[in-house]
Amino acid sequence: MSDPMAEIKASFFLECEELLEQLQDGLNRFEEGDDDPETVNEVFRAVHSIKGGAGAFGLTALVDFAHIFETSMDVVRSGEKSPEADDHKTFLVASDILCDLVAASRDETDVSPERIEESVAALKAFLGESGTDPEEDEVDPADFQPMGVSMTLPDVGSASTDSAGATQILPDLSALPETTPESQEYPGNTSTQNAVPGTPGFSIHFRPDPSLFTSGNEPLHLLKILSELGETTITCHCDELPPIEQLDGEESYLSWTIDIRTTHSEQEIREVFDFVEDLCELRIESQEIATPDVFAPEEPASQPPSFDTEPPTPPIPEVETTVSKPDPQPSVTTAPSVPAVAPSQPSKGKETTAKPAKTGGTVRVELDRIDRLVNLVGELVINQAMLSQSVVEAGIGSDQNVAAGLDEFMQLTRDIQDSVMAIRAQPVKSLFQRMGRIVREASSAVGKDVRFVTSGEATEVDKTVIERLADPLTHMIRNAVDHGLEKNEDRKNKGKSSQGTVKLSASHKSGRVLIEVSDDGGGINRQVVLRKAIEKGLISEGSQLTDSEIDNLLFLPGFSTAAEISNLSGRGVGMDVVRNSITALGGRISITSETDKGTKFSISLPLTLAVQDGMVIEVAHQTLVVPLNNIIETITLTADNLREMGPATTVVQLRDDFVPLLDLAVELGFAPPRSSYDDCVALLISPEEDSMAAVVIDKIIEQRQVVIKGLQDSYGAISGIAAATILGDGQIALILDAGDVISNASGRTRNTVETLQLTGAIA
Amino acid sequence: MNDALQDNPADLTEYLSFRIGAQEYTVDIMSVREIRGWTEATPLPHAPSYVRGVINLRGTVLPIIDLAARLGLPPDTDNDRSVVIVVQHNSETVGLLVDAVSDILTIARADLQTPPDMAADNQHRFVSALIIENERMIRVLDLNNTLTTTENQAA
Repeated sequence: MSDPMAEIKASFFLECEELLEQLQDGLNRFEEGDDDPETVNEVFRAVHSIKGGAGAFGLTALVDFAHIFETSMDVVRSGEKSPEADDHKTFLVASDILCDLVAASRDETDVSPERIEESVAALKAFLGESGTDPEEDEVDPADFQPMGVSMTLPDVGSASTDSAGATQILPDLSALPETTPESQEYPGNTSTQNAVPGTPGFSIHFRPDPSLFTSGNEPLHLLKILSELGETTITCHCDELPPIEQLDGEESYLSWTIDIRTTHSEQEIREVFDFVEDLCELRIESQEIATPDVFAPEEPASQPPSFDTEPPTPPIPEVETTVSKPDPQPSVTTAPSVPAVAPSQPSKGKETTAKPAKTGGTVRVELDRIDRLVNLVGELVINQAMLSQSVVEAGIGSDQNVAAGLDEFMQLTRDIQDSVMAIRAQPVKSLFQRMGRIVREASSAVGKDVRFVTSGEATEVDKTVIERLADPLTHMIRNAVDHGLEKNEDRKNKGKSSQGTVKLSASHKSGRVLIEVSDDGGGINRQVVLRKAIEKGLISEGSQLTDSEIDNLLFLPGFSTAAEISNLSGRGVGMDVVRNSITALGGRISITSETDKGTKFSISLPLTLAVQDGMVIEVAHQTLVVPLNNIIETITLTADNLREMGPATTVVQLRDDFVPLLDLAVELGFAPPRSSYDDCVALLISPEEDSMAAVVIDKIIEQRQVVIKGLQDSYGAISGIAAATILGDGQIALILDAGDVISNASGRTRNTVETLQLTGAIA
Repeated sequence: MNDALQDNPADLTEYLSFRIGAQEYTVDIMSVREIRGWTEATPLPHAPSYVRGVINLRGTVLPIIDLAARLGLPPDTDNDRSVVIVVQHNSETVGLLVDAVSDILTIARADLQTPPDMAADNQHRFVSALIIENERMIRVLDLNNTLTTTENQAA
């Protein structure tokens, strides 16, 4: 495949992602009882667009499936059948499969055919139930066959566009000079599923401008799409065609009149012309068709659509004589403009007026470019800091103009930075939608009835965070369904509704993003957890643990409460992995649980991974940065609050608590412990809810924003260090990983307070 | 480097030679990104002794390896002529701290001698070939061993 094609294909898949998101969104709203016709239309359009695009690339499997899905949605849309709870599930599963098919087409893999068949069968069952479905001819059961046939139709059409399309047009043209400037009529694809006798129709006058052809459009495709929408009679007007010697190859001489009988609304017909609207003369008039049976004799229902499979030349004369002349329809060019509304389209009026609504102001930009911009802004921040520093060093910092200018510069830099970061930010919606699928799959695997509730989907988080949150969240959601919720019967016995609820919410909270996964299940069985932990030797027997400490045992490596390994969770990859990935994102995770009320996991994440507020400190002549959100307060150590613990350890008495004292210089291996900690400055840090330490430093320099530069790529992970940054003087400063420092607190300053031991063990 | 030896023996390759203490080493000039003066590095905690820390190379964090320490040679006190050779190897960019950069040598592959296997000297792991140039023996530094082990030890 040539490069430009690959590019178009790539953008198609990008578009598919958006469409799938829309689809999911619509289905969810629909399921929740939103009966706004626009919702169903949105769903339908999404499927339809995917099908259309897929057809263009010859993705047969995708087209086939999208088609039947689309058909089902069309039934819903036309109001023929309102789906029940089970049908909603069918649709959601179908959208999952559509999603898989898109992914499979993109990666050139396969989706298991059984799953597709299952879903197709479910959709068919839904269609079959709709007794009064005008979309399907209910005359005899064999009529379901044409549906199967027509499913492949769009694909056959598009795949053979080059050959069949060409052969089709050419005979037409060659025939023109002979058939004097008269109208030719051509029966379009009288697709059995759309041809509804007695349905109202439209007369479409379509006259392409030359620019339509130069922009790569092709009337044939439009006509084909129209013929899929209903029974069409296409008339080509070639009366303007000059003699061949005067023919200007770049002029447009032809125009068409298409009579279409369809249940689709005018809006939908207009959509067909969406891309060429400005490139042609288009008139759509609705018309009442008095004689529904005109085509019946010529078009037996069983005859497969001949549009693509046979050269069109033979039927033309025949149609001309048998159809065109006796056709009692009003003249195609003077169609009465009766504003008839398709009766099966309750939303019609709304649709036509809602036409000019959305003008999406979005631009698709490659992530690379944004990253480059983010990097540049990072450099700008560093530069600004360097400049401020040089100004101070040059002794002109006190000059008012200079100071004001610098202030403004700083403000601007911050604004730019915020704006750039906002570009990378994305709503968590797509992530939540994926989780909806996880819930569906997990709940059907374990046979639990689960309701999935999300909130705060519009909360924006850095794209990288979203990507890297997917795995831990999947794990937690599965856990919630598998372990969190009780079995249906158990729930009933407890007097709860048999349907369990799993909630996923996102919100902004004091400069961080809070994501919560909660279930209304049985809560953590602390007895079991405790026994398990003792069994596995994770804690010593007889340890006295508080409830929250027991809950935190879940995060220990190798801990899995499921008695037996189920298909879903408990594969030995436990919550410790979840915790690690959250920590790697600079986040924290905590757990709260109440017996019979449920369990809640709260994840708190930084808004962005690129910039952090930090406190610049000095330790053993080295400059370090401590993330500001880890610092609770600064304390000055005095003989009054220092308490010696063991021979080599010290604690700080802080109000009524004792906190271990860590000498940062010792912990990082920069210097030996000092002789006295009296009068030293310490930071009270608490990277996680129940771990805290007083960290001795030499001095606090300033508080500022730092741009995070990963060490991982250039050097590898260092214990106690999260990343590096570049300071105003161009020197590199290391950013402290407070959690790691506390949990790996080693050597002489190690405290033996029990809470610290536990914290260390957990992390 | 071993692959290179199998190429046409007449092929010429350019090497950047540098000095560590009394010994002379070279690296393939194609792996050298730049040469810059020594600036004080930010030490990394828990790092092996030969990792001097990291420096700011135009906005990226560049780890500095003290090659003398890495090769087990007596440390040379920092002097003004100490330079950092920024090398890139397998997408990894690292600065090598050496005493001085001396020359660029053009050497035919046929002139590269495989070093004798001497187990007592763990240093030879870092030498992939030997060159005789003006009666002097010059070692070709095996970047792969020099850097890979760093990574393993650091992790």
